[in-house]
Amino acid sequence: MADTTTVARGGGSSPAPGHRRKQNAGRARASGLPVWSIPYVLLIPGLLVIAALLLYPMFQLGVMAFQRVGLAQIRGTRPAEWVGLDNFERILGNDIFWSALRNTVVFAFVAVSLTLVVGTAVGVLLHRLGKKMSLFVVIGCMFAWAVPPVAQGVIWRSLFDAEAGIINWALNLLPDWLAAPPDGQASWTGTPWLNDTISLYVALIVCVVWAGFPFIAVSVLAGLKGIPAELYEAARVDGSGPWRTFRKITLPLLKPVFAVLTILSIIWDFKVFSQLYVLMNGPTNRDGFNLSMYAVAEAFRPPQKLGTGAAISVVLTIILLVITVVYVRQIVKQEEM
Amino acid sequence: MTPLARKRLGKILLNTAGVLVFLYAVFPVYWMVSTGFKANDQIFTTEFIPFPTHFTFEHFAKVLTEGVANNSIWLYMRNSAIVALGTVLVGSAFALLSATAIARFRFKGRGAFLVTLLIVQMLPSEGLLIPLYMMVKRVGLGDQLIGLIITQVALTLPFGVWMLRTFVAAVPKTLEEAAWIDGASRMTTFWKVLFPLVAPGLVATSIFSFITAWNDLVFALYLMSGSEGYTMPVALQYFFGQKGVDWGAIMAGSTLMTIPVVIFFLLVQRRMVSGLVAGAVKG
Repeated sequence: MADTTTVARGGGSSPAPGHRRKQNAGRARASGLPVWSIPYVLLIPGLLVIAALLLYPMFQLGVMAFQRVGLAQIRGTRPAEWVGLDNFERILGNDIFWSALRNTVVFAFVAVSLTLVVGTAVGVLLHRLGKKMSLFVVIGCMFAWAVPPVAQGVIWRSLFDAEAGIINWALNLLPDWLAAPPDGQASWTGTPWLNDTISLYVALIVCVVWAGFPFIAVSVLAGLKGIPAELYEAARVDGSGPWRTFRKITLPLLKPVFAVLTILSIIWDFKVFSQLYVLMNGPTNRDGFNLSMYAVAEAFRPPQKLGTGAAISVVLTIILLVITVVYVRQIVKQEEM
Repeated sequence: MTPLARKRLGKILLNTAGVLVFLYAVFPVYWMVSTGFKANDQIFTTEFIPFPTHFTFEHFAKVLTEGVANNSIWLYMRNSAIVALGTVLVGSAFALLSATAIARFRFKGRGAFLVTLLIVQMLPSEGLLIPLYMMVKRVGLGDQLIGLIITQVALTLPFGVWMLRTFVAAVPKTLEEAAWIDGASRMTTFWKVLFPLVAPGLVATSIFSFITAWNDLVFALYLMSGSEGYTMPVALQYFFGQKGVDWGAIMAGSTLMTIPVVIFFLLVQRRMVSGLVAGAVKG
């Protein structure tokens, strides 16, 4: 690649303090590039990718949301037609949009809360375990974390299977007063979890919490390791109990960590796609759509309506951008860039 | 209860909780792998069969020979590997250049670039899918793995730069200056001083990009319309057929897809955390 020589320049000509600058500039000129331009040259490929494949498409998404884009436009035989606010009017007047929005928000709220609670509890536990035991549990958690989203969906789809699933088997073991079989059934066997929207989302939450808690746990553990042990020592001497210590010392000190973890989890859970796709067997059950699924279904299921899909994506993107701004502010506050 | 006994009891409780967490995390993964080795009579049952007593390789053999959607799983694994490796090769080179610029230079527009990086890193890929789909089709790269690679490079680059910049910044400038004073050329300084020291970071970033591209479902699903171009995540969907689900085969396929990710993951887990949480975690 032609750029390698440029890297070499960048690597070698780190700005030297004060008196050596002149000499450096001299050398740089000798190789044909003024020093001030080197960082910009290095940034060219990255900037091109970001501008052409991320920023421009985002702009395009906004444009397409106001157009009718179907098969003819994909083939390029006819130009896209401006339709004003039609796409937005159509989705806002559609019950599926509102149920998708509700599914997205309620799911994100429940899944994020549960992931944070489980993850934090495990993080605190890891911190208190012995070294070997802690490593053992962390390695176990890595497995749950590493499973690709599609495989996560496959696994939990099998565990929630109506006939052969372990979940129904386990519920049968529980006494009836704790987990009574659904109306009209003698046992849980045959309960189709993934057909009904609410139980589908129960399965999705179980799946996402299982895959998501290890990241929270390991991050909280890293945060806890950074808190000086003397603080806990002092709290213990002053007669503070474990819950009080957690609330008065651990939580305030880990507040920045939790802020970032919460925002990241919200962003991830808002746009969950692969797991839902597998659990609901593709975009079939319209009541069970979330916003990502709804956008994709409108855009790619025949007859393709990319404009409508774009309008739904715009709504999702705006929600996520607002959350992202909060995230970026948090990072900028903490980090000297 | 004496304090000693209480302490011992507390330790037992903690370790029990640790074992329970371990089981919770590992059991579903274990279930996937073990179902792949179970004979069908042990899969399609309402009983709980913890170990495959009728141990069989038939499902793995089936997915590798007969496969799904008219092709062996090998083809889909190969496609996934091409996309993931292509993404890594192009993405890492670009990321290293940008990361060097950010970490080694103070220039006008640097802050703006960093903030842009953070924001685009968070753009929902499902939102980018529709315009990128149009672009890829328009330039005639629909149904081609290269089109998929291009989208994955774009999706992984911002985080890659963000992660790599800390590794470049961690290499002391004095090392390069020393080589410089000793008369090394820029090329030599880069390859002999900076590159070896940044290499571990480059590996970590590459693995992150590899996993992202390898796991992607939504782009492969809609950019590829012929089964010859399917990647593993797409191919797995075809096991859920009309005639019921072949659980043995799909679990075998999922296991094959998961193995490379788990291996890579165990290698870079620590760096993923520090990259994502950035300055929030000190440790």
